[in-house]
Amino acid sequence: MTDKKIQDAAEPATEPAAEQYSLNDDRRVKVLSPSAMVAKRFFRNRIAMVGLFVLIAMFAFSFLGGLISPYSEDQLFYRTDILRKEYASAVENTEFRFAEAREKAFPSIVQAQFLLAADQKRDTFTYGDDTYTVEKQGDDFYVVFLTGGDLVGIAYKDVFSLSNANETLSFDTLFNGLKAYGNRQPSFTADGKTYDLAADGIVTLDGKEYGYISRYVVQALMPDVFLTRAFKEKVTESMDKHAESMLFTTEDGEEQEFFLTYNPSTQKWLIRQETESHVYDTYASPSKEHWLGTDGNGMDMLTRLMYGGRVSLMIGFIVEIISTFIGIILGGISGYFGGWIDNLIMRIVDIFYCIPSLPVIIILGAAMDATGVEPKIRMIYLMLLLGLLSWPGLARLIRGQILSLREQEFMTATEACGISVRRRIFRHLIPNVIPQLIVSCTMGLGSTIITEATLSYLGLGVKFPFASWGNIINDVKDTFVLTNYLFIWIPAGVLLLLTVLAFNILGDGLRDAFDPKMKR
Amino acid sequence: MNTLKFIIKRLLLSVVILFFVALIIYILMRCLPTSYVERIAQEKSMQPGSKSFEEWMAQLSATYGMNMGIFRGFLHWIGNALRGAFGDSWFYTVPVTQKFHDTIWLSFIMGAVSLFFELIIAIPLGVIAARKQYSKTDYTISVLALAGISLPTFFTASLLKLIFSVKLGWFDLFGLVGRDFNQLDAMGQFWDKAHHLVLPILTLVIVSIGGLMRYTRTNMLEVMSSDYIRTARAKGLSERKVIYHHAFRNTMIPLVTIIGGSLPGLFSGALITEQLFSIPGIGFTSYNAMVSGDIPFSMFYLTFLAILTLLGNLIADILYAVVDPRVRIA
Repeated sequence: MTDKKIQDAAEPATEPAAEQYSLNDDRRVKVLSPSAMVAKRFFRNRIAMVGLFVLIAMFAFSFLGGLISPYSEDQLFYRTDILRKEYASAVENTEFRFAEAREKAFPSIVQAQFLLAADQKRDTFTYGDDTYTVEKQGDDFYVVFLTGGDLVGIAYKDVFSLSNANETLSFDTLFNGLKAYGNRQPSFTADGKTYDLAADGIVTLDGKEYGYISRYVVQALMPDVFLTRAFKEKVTESMDKHAESMLFTTEDGEEQEFFLTYNPSTQKWLIRQETESHVYDTYASPSKEHWLGTDGNGMDMLTRLMYGGRVSLMIGFIVEIISTFIGIILGGISGYFGGWIDNLIMRIVDIFYCIPSLPVIIILGAAMDATGVEPKIRMIYLMLLLGLLSWPGLARLIRGQILSLREQEFMTATEACGISVRRRIFRHLIPNVIPQLIVSCTMGLGSTIITEATLSYLGLGVKFPFASWGNIINDVKDTFVLTNYLFIWIPAGVLLLLTVLAFNILGDGLRDAFDPKMKR
Repeated sequence: MNTLKFIIKRLLLSVVILFFVALIIYILMRCLPTSYVERIAQEKSMQPGSKSFEEWMAQLSATYGMNMGIFRGFLHWIGNALRGAFGDSWFYTVPVTQKFHDTIWLSFIMGAVSLFFELIIAIPLGVIAARKQYSKTDYTISVLALAGISLPTFFTASLLKLIFSVKLGWFDLFGLVGRDFNQLDAMGQFWDKAHHLVLPILTLVIVSIGGLMRYTRTNMLEVMSSDYIRTARAKGLSERKVIYHHAFRNTMIPLVTIIGGSLPGLFSGALITEQLFSIPGIGFTSYNAMVSGDIPFSMFYLTFLAILTLLGNLIADILYAVVDPRVRIA
């Protein structure tokens, strides 16, 4: 500081022109206009300069950032996700299956009786008036007769599947096929046709594959999928090897990878296929493409923040303009005329001052939610409402100032000059209020931005698809986001804090600069 | 005598203002789209064991004079309200006044405790900042105060939750009572509630401490530059005596005024903070009522808030006149 003073003092000495004026020449004294004094005081205030710098940065970020950003406000991003979809399930059949020789010959109650008999290894059992004979004709293959009479049905565990999905399997074929498989015979005859039966269970008719018999049941879990025998065999083979994955070549020659998992509690094998699907890139971590990641809708966070800043700042300014306009007019009229007009206007101010603005906006916001007002129109309503509810403080301030200014000599002079009332108020009084007005507006901008952000945070202010810093932080309501996705809500909060802080610091600095009593 | 006259005059004026505020609130409610009101009534009547749609609408018309013209309807409503008949809450299905009675004290306690902490932190810091104007301490305190003002409540609450609930695990994220509340004895229940109120109160203190701190500093600075302080210094009083005897006492005048004026506000509840922490005080209760279109409760809450604001202004004005003998009563 002292160095600077010395420098200042030394400067005139180096200027030869200065020596030419006499000592009491006015030109020797550097005269600063009041506004230049204010500017000088303001630019010396380092904290206020920081605030100004932050604000300029914030404006650049919001209004220029949107132009520079390669993405648009509501551009969605996708990622390909590899999902393991359940493709098929396989289970080793451990339960008896039943087939009836004729319709209703082998009802389920008799099947239950058979299970009891098979469990106790009895050859006969009775149900009702009938006695049944059980004959074991292979591994887990039983034939049930009415004693001394007709064939009732069979009970088996091996499963006979057909190669062609459209054909039906006759009882005779099933019976003979299973019997042959259980006794390891190379062929069997059923319905007058002779079938060949290979050791691995494949049944061929006239050289064409007809079906196959296996202990495993493989079922498709996805709709519209028909499992080929080759696939089922591959699954069976993999299950025997306890492999976790298998490669299967389809008839088209395409190789697909499947993953097998065994669930011990259901004794089922689950076969899953990996498929690629296109999903919204939600909550992506910060990366080269998305510096701050993406939000819950799969939009670029940094771009959203830029547009959000635009909305927040714009709403702040428009609301402040509305409320300043009303405040100046009412406060000016009230302060200038005084008397009953002042009384009336001040009572109106009192009334508006008492209306709880936040609850009113919340109620109207909820009503707008229910009636489905368009987001854009809603934003306009929001600005009007905030503006219409925030002017009373300003009107009071201006009225107070004008009330005291009115009594000063320069106003008497304007009256003596015969200047019109309108001119007197708006040309002579209002300009004198401007310092206080600027300070109050700067501070007011900060609080308006906070109010807007709070409403948007509650979901009652600016709505999707528009971004606002408040509705960006809205995601934090989800505890999972609060805990795990700091990059979603911290930046918006910090921007909000910095902006409001900068407005407040600037307001403070301006107040100090405007105050002629300030020594610095 | 003069003071009494002043108080009575202000009181009467407040009643007139309140009348008009209530009128505006009433008009606002009448301006809600009819379809919205009817839809809410429809939804309410769908709930099991609820009144029928016609009964809901009939109750609404009976309470608010919906079938009359706006001004007559308003007189009808305010007549009911004066007798304490605010109707039944739609959202809570109990009389509005009963729900109010159940929730108001929690909000009051929260408000009172946070006001206490604000006072004992903000005033000393404000005085220190003013004493050491333009020092590092002053800048630090001023910037902190500004930061407190600039912090949005919801961001503060989220940060506190992240630090204290998620990272440190000291507090629950939401609610007033813990999971095992019912198993605790009376003392344990009290401590459980107190424990759950720590973060909300901390939030309230952080966001509102800045304003009071700045106010104290500004007033203290003003007092410090006045002539009687110069006189006190000139006659050789110790700095301690000058600050705490002469300066601080005069700073107290505006402080007492605004603190007195903020007392009714303790009952208004912290709308946002309570909502953020799901604390069932009047603020959270009203928030739920308002967003679900509970007209009886919302009307009541708006009127209640208007009364509190008026009362606050009234107390501040009266205190200002009473505390400071220099003020002429107009």
